[in-house]
Amino acid sequence: MKVLIPSALRSYTEQAYAEAGGDTLAAVLAELDRSYPGIRFRMIDEQNRIRPHIRFFVDGEQVFDLARRLDGVQELVIVQALSGG
Amino acid sequence: MASEIDTGAAQRGPGSVLLLVATRKGAWLYHSDATRQHWRVEGPHFLGHIINHLVLDPRDGRTLLAAAKTGHLGPTVFRSTDLGRSWQEAARPPAFAPAPEGQVGRSVDHTFWLTPGHADQPGVWYAGTSPQGLFRSEDGGVSWAPFSPINDDPQYRKWMGTVQDGTPDGPKLHSIIVDPRDADHLYFAMSGGGVHESGDGGRSFQALLGGIDVVEGFDGSDPTFHDPHCVRLCPTNPDRLYQQNHCGIYRLDRPSDTWQRIGRAMPAEVGDIGFPMVVHPRDANAVWVFPMDGTSVWPRTSPDGKPAVYGTRDGGESWQRLDAGLPAEQAWWTVKRQAMTADSADPVGLYFGTTSGELWMSGDEGRQWTRIAAHLPEIYAVEVAMGVEGAS
Repeated sequence: MKVLIPSALRSYTEQAYAEAGGDTLAAVLAELDRSYPGIRFRMIDEQNRIRPHIRFFVDGEQVFDLARRLDGVQELVIVQALSGG
Repeated sequence: MASEIDTGAAQRGPGSVLLLVATRKGAWLYHSDATRQHWRVEGPHFLGHIINHLVLDPRDGRTLLAAAKTGHLGPTVFRSTDLGRSWQEAARPPAFAPAPEGQVGRSVDHTFWLTPGHADQPGVWYAGTSPQGLFRSEDGGVSWAPFSPINDDPQYRKWMGTVQDGTPDGPKLHSIIVDPRDADHLYFAMSGGGVHESGDGGRSFQALLGGIDVVEGFDGSDPTFHDPHCVRLCPTNPDRLYQQNHCGIYRLDRPSDTWQRIGRAMPAEVGDIGFPMVVHPRDANAVWVFPMDGTSVWPRTSPDGKPAVYGTRDGGESWQRLDAGLPAEQAWWTVKRQAMTADSADPVGLYFGTTSGELWMSGDEGRQWTRIAAHLPEIYAVEVAMGVEGAS
């Protein structure tokens, strides 16, 4: 599926969209990390928690569970909410 | 106010001086020759990243490690083997072990402190994190693993407290020290959680709290209530340690395990609260501190808006105010625990970076100060390297 990469993480992908597949959000992120080593840890901590300010949307629906199945999903949008100074 | 130094004419050569400046918004390198008169700035590196520490490996004179995160992304470590011309991210940055099923595990918010390992162990590095964790790399900072039992030891976890107990930007493990005589002899400190020592390569640690004051009303025998801000070992006398603590300035001469509060000799109107502690490279009786206002609500500014370094030449028996060239009034910045350092020249050069983004130096051991740079972001750390080939 197409994965929209937030600007703060494009130092890894060097492009706005990446391609990654998998049955679950966790699997897609794992494949993304295989293609762009290190990118997953910037979004997901060592306890498999989604870091603050990171949000995932699958075909427009926000997803909070890494185990969420992505059957038939066309697009994953990763949003990195900016705040603070 | 002193004028800024010419930054346009640094020289090349074996006597080069390299300043590694880590800030809240990136890192900068300042190059000079042995005269330390002219500085050439290079940067920013990692603009927008929070860089807590930028350290050169003294064993190869080439490898730089940078402890980095942004306000919104997870922490990582970047490494360069060409003095910052190119950077690669660590393959496995410091991270706690996954928690057992049903338990809430900790996650590293940021790597705060980096220490190169013993001279006989090339490639070994130690890292201290927030919340408090101790990590080690054996491959020059490419991959990191939890080190020693303390990260998950129930007793140590109790002493570490929670984020609520820590400093405003998170409780920290810092001041990781390797005895130059013995790679298995280690110290580290935690804010909060006290100073700890290992004689067996980190398999076990013992608290080193004797003689240290704690905030009134708390139990001084409990490491939980100890807040060392910075601990340094004397290169010429590794049996001597100095400590700037939340509750004063101390010296420890091993094998004693009782610290002496040498800060009691500081002027009462200045006090002995601060963050950085700098030792002379060749004289174990000479150290410098940067006092701050630790009264009332802890403004964490220069006392009375008049910044000054204080130095001792007699191991803390007496202190001299060293403020020539620094602003005489209305300067409300201070210096963080990693943001003051000394080079190894003769006379020793001293350097500090301020919370207001100014970089200052003295080429005569603190007698006269000159500003190298202004308008940088808040400075978190300043390190210096001498004679780095190709640095300038």
